[in-house]
Amino acid sequence: MLKDITLGQYFPGNTPIHRLDPRTKLLLLIVYIVALFLAVWYVSYLVVAVFLVLVTVIGHIPFKAMTRGLKPMLIFIIFTAVLNIFYSRTGTPLLEWKFIHIYSGGLQTALFMVVRIMLLISGTFLLTYTTSPIALTDALESLLSPLKKLKVPVHELSMMMCIALRFIPTLIEETDKIISAQKARGADFETGSLIHRAKALIPILVPLFVSAFRRADELSVAMECRCYHGGEGRTRMKVLRFGKLDFLAFFFGALLLALVIVLRVFGL
Amino acid sequence: MPPIIEVKDLSHIYSVGTPFEHTAVEHANLTVSAGELIGVIGHTGSGKSTLIQHLNGLLKPTSGQVLVDGRDIWSDKKFLRSVRGRVGLVFQYPEYQLFEETAFRDIAFGPKNQGLSGAELEQRVYRAAGFVGLDRELLEKSPFDLSGGQKRRVAIAGVIAMEPQVLILDEPTAGLDAAGRDAILKNIRDYQRSQNAAVLMVSHSMEEVASICDRLVVLYKSHIAMDDTPEVVFARSEELLRMGLDVPQVTSVCMKLRQMGLALPESIYTLDQALSALEGLRKGGVSC
Repeated sequence: MLKDITLGQYFPGNTPIHRLDPRTKLLLLIVYIVALFLAVWYVSYLVVAVFLVLVTVIGHIPFKAMTRGLKPMLIFIIFTAVLNIFYSRTGTPLLEWKFIHIYSGGLQTALFMVVRIMLLISGTFLLTYTTSPIALTDALESLLSPLKKLKVPVHELSMMMCIALRFIPTLIEETDKIISAQKARGADFETGSLIHRAKALIPILVPLFVSAFRRADELSVAMECRCYHGGEGRTRMKVLRFGKLDFLAFFFGALLLALVIVLRVFGL
Repeated sequence: MPPIIEVKDLSHIYSVGTPFEHTAVEHANLTVSAGELIGVIGHTGSGKSTLIQHLNGLLKPTSGQVLVDGRDIWSDKKFLRSVRGRVGLVFQYPEYQLFEETAFRDIAFGPKNQGLSGAELEQRVYRAAGFVGLDRELLEKSPFDLSGGQKRRVAIAGVIAMEPQVLILDEPTAGLDAAGRDAILKNIRDYQRSQNAAVLMVSHSMEEVASICDRLVVLYKSHIAMDDTPEVVFARSEELLRMGLDVPQVTSVCMKLRQMGLALPESIYTLDQALSALEGLRKGGVSC
């Protein structure tokens, strides 16, 4: 069922992580990613991983949800690992057979790459798990607002993003319903040749597009009825404000970054 | 005669293992036999839609079984596909699933998937269109150019064209005007009688189910709370009201009259019944 896709789905909650200003979380994610890419050796990776685990525990996010988020990336991760094993030729050779050469350095790089990708994806998921899409777009608009001076339509872009995010679950539900309805009429999406299967999508895509356009039309009318006219002079119901918690979070973020940099200097 | 569909101790839980996990249907038992016209009623979120989507194998039960002709529909894939043709399901607002260039081709989608073609296919489409009262000239139009009521009929015909032994409809009259509603109810009744098919109809209108159904299944908080004839179900009007459901207007009027002291039976749910009961009272010497 499409409905069971929980990729990046928000887990409602009221933990310190949930209460953080979304801008803080967005900035901390960037700090986290920078720290991750600065990590060079086991110790620094361990520090970053511990940071991630701590945030996960404080945010009451089940570890199952974290591993489930990694599943779709599995092929990508395996591919990266295999490439690194075969193409990196540093360290001592472990196996040489015909065109296959495996070096100890290759194994190590592969391991680091896999860990890095997994930590990267998990960290990003943690942001969307603990931040509602609306808060996230608010944060983005606020952080990008300096660009308004350069005539970048920041508000319009963030509104578009907000609407797009808002309608993903609706469209998934709609798709689910259309698939069910066509299945009930004997449609078969699972067997047959590639062309046959591509053709089988028409009964899903046509109604889906029709309804997406209908929804877009209805939404624009509804927005105009409520006097929406863009970002000019628009006030907010929830004004974003940094609090004590945010400064604490920034402190920990800075600590993480400093720690990883120091470890890098020592090559750990 | 053995039942066509047998539901045995069916439970369904959505989104197992996420914070959105919830039980939609619990320990449901139900049988459906040929020639029955069953009304399925229940509050929003009581599990009606989930229950009916199990009957043709769109949803897989978390536990329990759905048997068609005594065979588990999930026993093998081929059987499941044949069940989809024998148990037709019309979703809520089915007109949103139309996709073909002409109404004719849209109606033909189902029977084509069953492997029909040529004259037989054509005959099926015209017969289905006849059941729902669509003119032949309308069949050549794009379904997107038709009116709301006509679209609904095309969509229902699309399922009827598969000639299912069991026809399930999820609120077939939602959003239609009175004339459209009556016409569709009549079409459903006609199909049920002429094919001796079983029909399950989910509805929010008590008037509707009272007027055409001969058995009612009441769902309440994921359970089947009642499963009986309309007489028996509407005789328990107070329970229905407590479940947040309506009763037909006649029934609630009779409830009031009974509270005022008139000796009316509890099981009145149509105007005719009310009329004859009141006549009987008058003949018995009560002034009213």
